[in-house]
Amino acid sequence: MISIFLKEINEFLNSLIAYVVIGVFLVGIGLLMWVFPDTNILDYGYASLEPLFSFGPYVFMFLIPAITMKSFAEEKRTGTIELLQTLPFRDSQIIMGKFLAGFFLVLFSVLPTLIYYYSLSSLGNPLGNLDTPGITGSYIGLVLLGGVFTAIGILSSALTGNQIVSFILSAFLCFFFYTGIDSIASINVWADWSYYISEFGIMAHYSSISRGLLDIKDAVYFIGLIVIMLLLTQLIIGSRK
Amino acid sequence: MSVSIQQLTKVFGEQKAVDGISFEANEGMITGFLGPNGAGKSTTMKMATGFIRPTAGRVTVCGIDVEEHPIQAKRLIGYLPEHNPLYLDMYVREFLQFIASAYGLSKSKRRVEEMIALVGLERERSKKLSELSKGYRQRVGLAKSLIHDPKVLILDEPTSGLDPNQILEIRQVIKNIGENKTVILSTHIMQEVEAICDQVVIIDKGSLVANDDLNKLKEGLGNTTGIIMEFEKPIDSSVFNEAGFELKSAGRNAYLIESDRSDLRAELLRITSEHDLPLSSLTKAQNSLEEIFHRLTQSKKS
Repeated sequence: MISIFLKEINEFLNSLIAYVVIGVFLVGIGLLMWVFPDTNILDYGYASLEPLFSFGPYVFMFLIPAITMKSFAEEKRTGTIELLQTLPFRDSQIIMGKFLAGFFLVLFSVLPTLIYYYSLSSLGNPLGNLDTPGITGSYIGLVLLGGVFTAIGILSSALTGNQIVSFILSAFLCFFFYTGIDSIASINVWADWSYYISEFGIMAHYSSISRGLLDIKDAVYFIGLIVIMLLLTQLIIGSRK
Repeated sequence: MSVSIQQLTKVFGEQKAVDGISFEANEGMITGFLGPNGAGKSTTMKMATGFIRPTAGRVTVCGIDVEEHPIQAKRLIGYLPEHNPLYLDMYVREFLQFIASAYGLSKSKRRVEEMIALVGLERERSKKLSELSKGYRQRVGLAKSLIHDPKVLILDEPTSGLDPNQILEIRQVIKNIGENKTVILSTHIMQEVEAICDQVVIIDKGSLVANDDLNKLKEGLGNTTGIIMEFEKPIDSSVFNEAGFELKSAGRNAYLIESDRSDLRAELLRITSEHDLPLSSLTKAQNSLEEIFHRLTQSKKS
């Protein structure tokens, strides 16, 4: 598994993918947080990292599918999947290696935003007046959300041999799980069921974690979703034989 | 028995790609795996390496069932797939290093260098795989399949796309390795089989049509016998024609006679001594492998 993880990381670094993803994420979030008049914190006047956590998922919705679209689609197209599957790896090791490499890249793009935390705490009045538990929770939520998106991306990539199809499919699935289910739940036909439907969506759990409320239920939801996506991937990779 | 394939069957949709093939390959032998395009060679090899699952039947490698214990089996097998897929963005060394780490080899650096030397990639060692010509990529593929010192080598058309010199080199490498390993190789080139294989397995449309020792296969087929007669000087061949034989020229002062008569040799000798012809040798003609292949794989179509 480690050798696959390292291979994938090397691939990210050797192609421009890693730099582009991290760069675009940071530039986008940086602009939203500090420059754009509608969203920037300086005009807003409150010491909060709100723009990062509300726009972050939407930026991830495009960037993470771009990271993961290659993972299996490319291997299938060039036939290197045969090389990989005839080496002494279990399918689960191949999938985990690829998932962790993508996740690692996501972590790495979020990491530099910790600087924003420091900037904000310096800007606060009085100094250091920040909702630290809320921000910690939001970070955990963002990272877990990144994990779910990565797992969705890996699954979509395993479904097809075409990178573009994989990209579109995973961007759509990410969108569906993030806001889609929540929007469906708000249609006025479900009556009392609407709450339970929204619980299937990421939004409900993400916003509760963002408030700094670390509930075991939310953690189970995120990790469960990752596991389900990866198990489905394993099913697909295994059934191709 | 290093590799044992038993009643192996693979069905894709409605098509039976491989239909109940059984054969064995032993240590120290090179088995040539032949068949026309689409006969199911690659599919059989993919099943033997555990890449695709057979519909029925089983494959064991050194006593280990490939389907039940895929990881152990894959450690024993070195596999060069058809079309030789490689990570073209990697460098030669980097790629082999990755393969070495996949097998968990210790001293992987030294092993990589040994492989580079073995397949003759010294000058290309720091190039990117995408920069290499097909022949060199094939060498990288071969190095990849040899790096963990496997007991069994399964090579799917190892010499395709190589120039004549490279073919000879790679064949020599395979032959040397084959001395203490089990090698199964598929090819379209009959001379290759004659040059390096000990055993020949021929399949056609998914079924086994021949499985024999190379020499036995060459002798045993066909109901007509061919005799090559060689004389010291040119002769008047009409004496044979009178006796009802047809002579075909087979070189200088040499003739090929084909007939289904059982007393062919005796009869020919009788005529020779009767007319006092200067016979220098009389040998049994062997069927060329190409001819055998043709006969075995064409007969079913008609």
